[in-house]
Amino acid sequence: MEIKVLGTGCAKCKTLEKITREAVEELKLDATVEKVEDIQKIMEYGVMFTPALVIDGKVAFSGKVPKLKEMKEILTK
Amino acid sequence: MTSFSKKHIFYITILTIIWVFVYKYLTPITNFIIDDIFGLESGKHLTETLRFFIYEVPKVFLLLVLIIFIVGIIRSYFSPEKTRKALKGRSLFSGNIMAALLGMVTPFCSCSAIPLFLGFIEAGIPIGITFSFLIAAPMINEVAIVLLIGLFGWKITLIYVVTGLFVAVLSGWLIGVFKLEKYVADWVFQVKSNNQENSVLKVKFEERIKAGYTTVKEIVGKIWIYIIIGIAVGAGAHGYVPEDYLSTLMSKANWYSVPIAILIGVPLYSNAAGIIPIISVLIEKGVSLGTALAFMMSVIGLSLPEIIILKKVLKMQLIAIFVGIVALGIIIVGYVLNFIY
Repeated sequence: MEIKVLGTGCAKCKTLEKITREAVEELKLDATVEKVEDIQKIMEYGVMFTPALVIDGKVAFSGKVPKLKEMKEILTK
Repeated sequence: MTSFSKKHIFYITILTIIWVFVYKYLTPITNFIIDDIFGLESGKHLTETLRFFIYEVPKVFLLLVLIIFIVGIIRSYFSPEKTRKALKGRSLFSGNIMAALLGMVTPFCSCSAIPLFLGFIEAGIPIGITFSFLIAAPMINEVAIVLLIGLFGWKITLIYVVTGLFVAVLSGWLIGVFKLEKYVADWVFQVKSNNQENSVLKVKFEERIKAGYTTVKEIVGKIWIYIIIGIAVGAGAHGYVPEDYLSTLMSKANWYSVPIAILIGVPLYSNAAGIIPIISVLIEKGVSLGTALAFMMSVIGLSLPEIIILKKVLKMQLIAIFVGIVALGIIIVGYVLNFIY
């Protein structure tokens, strides 16, 4: 699984990255987590509200930071 | 999600009753604490400072929780994507009005200003309309509204919202009329997104209630300290600065009070939470309403950090025009209000 955290570097974006990594670790997923800060790359996903999460090239959600529990549900779907 | 049940409705009812009770009896409760428990002498500087603080802090927080909860629910019906769709193909002026109105309710944070700007431009929305949105979104926000209602009452809140919309519509419209697209950084127009439609799930109403709760936690968690500091400074000035102290410098009799307020306001950066309690005291000490609201708009609506963020996508000329036009709109509002009141 290829996970990307899209965000320009605001506080929320950092929190999302942290939660994503925690969830991946706790679920022992075979996944890479990458932070995308370049605005042009972010726009390629059509995201207008950061932070956003992209799983395998698809936008899972944007503009929010879920709790760890919700994040696990999103990643295991 | 069956947990949202009678239990939750019970809690919400209890909380509402407590809310109404405390809000209604806040004055006698405050007076009881100050006069009877502390036994302080009425009329002294320290007493009145404490009275102001002990009364205003719970009042503002009660309003904050209630209004942001409602705003959180309303916001769950809006998203930048939906707003963009609604604005697509709108003509100038009516598009500006709509953009400013949507700016009030669409979830927005200044750190998302750039992706939002790019997303709008990419969808073919004219920059004038995009600017109306970007001006209204930070200026007329739920925190400003709560504090204005709490410290000034409904009438001034309404004046602020209407005049703020006026500034957003006018500025965006002017930017649109002058066709300033050429001053947008060139790479902006090359941005292509594969525009995936985010699958829109049907959201249950209990999810929206939860969204309201989350919004309260998030916003109050972020700004409570600014509100307390703002009210503390306000309380100090309320108790210690003599009445009409500022009236000679900043009253409406002085034509230059509005431009001075804006010149001071633009470089100052504060959120609504910190600045409004101070504005309320400025008015109490003799600053006229138009001047005070112009000051407030220039602090919240035009800020240096936001300008620096926008520099990524706009050329200097457009930033200068943007700041100039918004400042002009605020000056008009300041003079008109000073003239009326």
